[in-house]
Amino acid sequence: MALADKDRIFTNVYGYQSWHLKDAQARGAWDNTKDILAKGREAIIEEMKASGLRGRGGAGFPTGLKWSFMPKEPPKDHNGNPKPSFLVINADESEPGSCKDREIIRHDPHILLEGALVAGFAMGARAAYIYIRGEYIREAETLFAARDEAYAAGLLGKNACSSGYDFDVFVHRGAGAYICGEETAMIESLEGKKGQPRLKPPFPAGAGLYGCPTTVNNVESIAVAPTIMRRGAAWFSSFGRENNKGVKLFQISGHVNKPCVVEEEMGIPFSELIEKHCGGIRGGKDNLLAVIPGGSSVPLVPAEQIWDAPMDFDGLRALGSGLGTAAVIVMDKSTDIVRAIARLSHFYKHESCGQCTPCREGTGWMWRVMERLRTGDAAVEEIDMLFQVTKQVEGHTICALGDAAAWPIQGLIRHFRPELERRIAEAGNVAEAAE
Amino acid sequence: MADRYIEPDTPELRARWGNFAWTEANAAKAKEIVARYPEGRQRSAVMPLLDLAQRQVGAEENTQGWLPIPVMEYVAAQLDMPIIRVVEVATFYTMYNIAPIGRFHVQVCGTTPCMLRGSDEIMARCKARGMKTGHITEDGLWSLTEVECMGNCSSAPMVQINDDNYEDLTAERLDVVLDALARGETPKAGTQEPGRHTVEPVGGPTTLTAMVTENHDYRGEW
Repeated sequence: MALADKDRIFTNVYGYQSWHLKDAQARGAWDNTKDILAKGREAIIEEMKASGLRGRGGAGFPTGLKWSFMPKEPPKDHNGNPKPSFLVINADESEPGSCKDREIIRHDPHILLEGALVAGFAMGARAAYIYIRGEYIREAETLFAARDEAYAAGLLGKNACSSGYDFDVFVHRGAGAYICGEETAMIESLEGKKGQPRLKPPFPAGAGLYGCPTTVNNVESIAVAPTIMRRGAAWFSSFGRENNKGVKLFQISGHVNKPCVVEEEMGIPFSELIEKHCGGIRGGKDNLLAVIPGGSSVPLVPAEQIWDAPMDFDGLRALGSGLGTAAVIVMDKSTDIVRAIARLSHFYKHESCGQCTPCREGTGWMWRVMERLRTGDAAVEEIDMLFQVTKQVEGHTICALGDAAAWPIQGLIRHFRPELERRIAEAGNVAEAAE
Repeated sequence: MADRYIEPDTPELRARWGNFAWTEANAAKAKEIVARYPEGRQRSAVMPLLDLAQRQVGAEENTQGWLPIPVMEYVAAQLDMPIIRVVEVATFYTMYNIAPIGRFHVQVCGTTPCMLRGSDEIMARCKARGMKTGHITEDGLWSLTEVECMGNCSSAPMVQINDDNYEDLTAERLDVVLDALARGETPKAGTQEPGRHTVEPVGGPTTLTAMVTENHDYRGEW
């Protein structure tokens, strides 16, 4: 059954109505938040666990469980004073294809701010830092203004929502580095350094921002929390399949007739998502070539496999890909598929932070080989060599950027090897003819 | 990593920027920014302060703004940081311009989602208008950069020019925007698709239609 409008969380996702406090309140934001907090830390975390919400930033880690890792009693510093805890909200949305957090921030920022209070309270945090990507300039202006509105209304700050709990929210703008979306790189960046990921352990819940317990959550994961608390875990978990519960913002780009962002039930079949909201594939269903279903970091899926697939974590993992951020990049048969993936390789080369050798050197190397494969200026053996190198980069770096650079290429080779070989053969024929 | 080169530290550069200091308004702003971070953690403010400094330079030069070495030194002194730590930050993050820049910084997104929707055409039109990546046009008006995904994928292709995004572009629509900027006007930001509001499907939303005309409260239907 189709998701009804009344069960959508982000009702102003298209920004037809104002984001200001009184309008957001008229839609249900900040409605008796005090009562939610009155349930207590444990109860909130248990409710979030029961809802089945998995993190919306890409990895899909259960959100309630993540919150429960925060220490119940604050650890002491070397002077014996209790250390504060922090919530860091990841609004550094930079994964190619992803454009959902932007809509939340610019059209319904109060949902996010309320979520920050609920989540921050549940994990015993003293303050939240919202790390918004630098390129979201106007979006950050909206977020700063919304924050000021919430402070002026007593919803944040000292005795937030008259709950007796003091909670601050600060906005921190990034400045153009994809890698800061990685949680420990984000913490480094917040501390005023280059955004280079840290080795784990220690995990942020033990020692994160300024060495204090920290949890990093995606914007969407935080923003859905107040609605889950109001409507109950049972409501949220009534959508989607086992282990893949809830509703989710999907972002469809590329070769569909009407690209859009839309909130849908988890596990909606790809075909329904495209036919219902996007006006179908450009040139019709038969013109579909391949889909990158979860943002640039996940391997592509060929047309025949994706059409009936459920769009959720497990459904796409079964196809050797992933839901990621639910950024669906659609490619029709006019696409130069090798170039499309080579462009992603360029992206990872550009965004590698330079800390680990396999990634710093590997991303550039892989991009250069991809560029040669694009024109066919390569030997067939190099396809296998490239595959092998992606395997050597994958899993041998501090953070997952190395993996993310490797997977799209692996997906291409897995599904489009004949195309790569055809280009090499054609280029070879041209060279022979010229001789 | 991006190929970028820092503007050399010359006597002329020092003469021009050696006396850089906050304007009164920015001094107050800088104070407010530093207060966002805990005591003793003022170094966290380096990114927002560099942004503020870049904007102040831009306001003086009537460009997007950039960060000469003496300005970075000023920020370092403000935060009691070694200058090299500030230079590291300024060179790591691509939004800090470390060399002079034009009045309008045209940043064309060329990553796959935009590429699929025709960013080649956008880039070609910029070049046909005399822009060249990494250079300022002779009239000082335009700088061009191909950037990585800007997060406007459902309204691609797009460019960001200084603080505003222009989405759903074609070469002709880009011309309209650039011509308006050149005339000193402020073209409408956001989607350039006639009739489209933001990121709903073209032709009108398939969901939440009640929201189009009124601030609908769905709670009564729960």
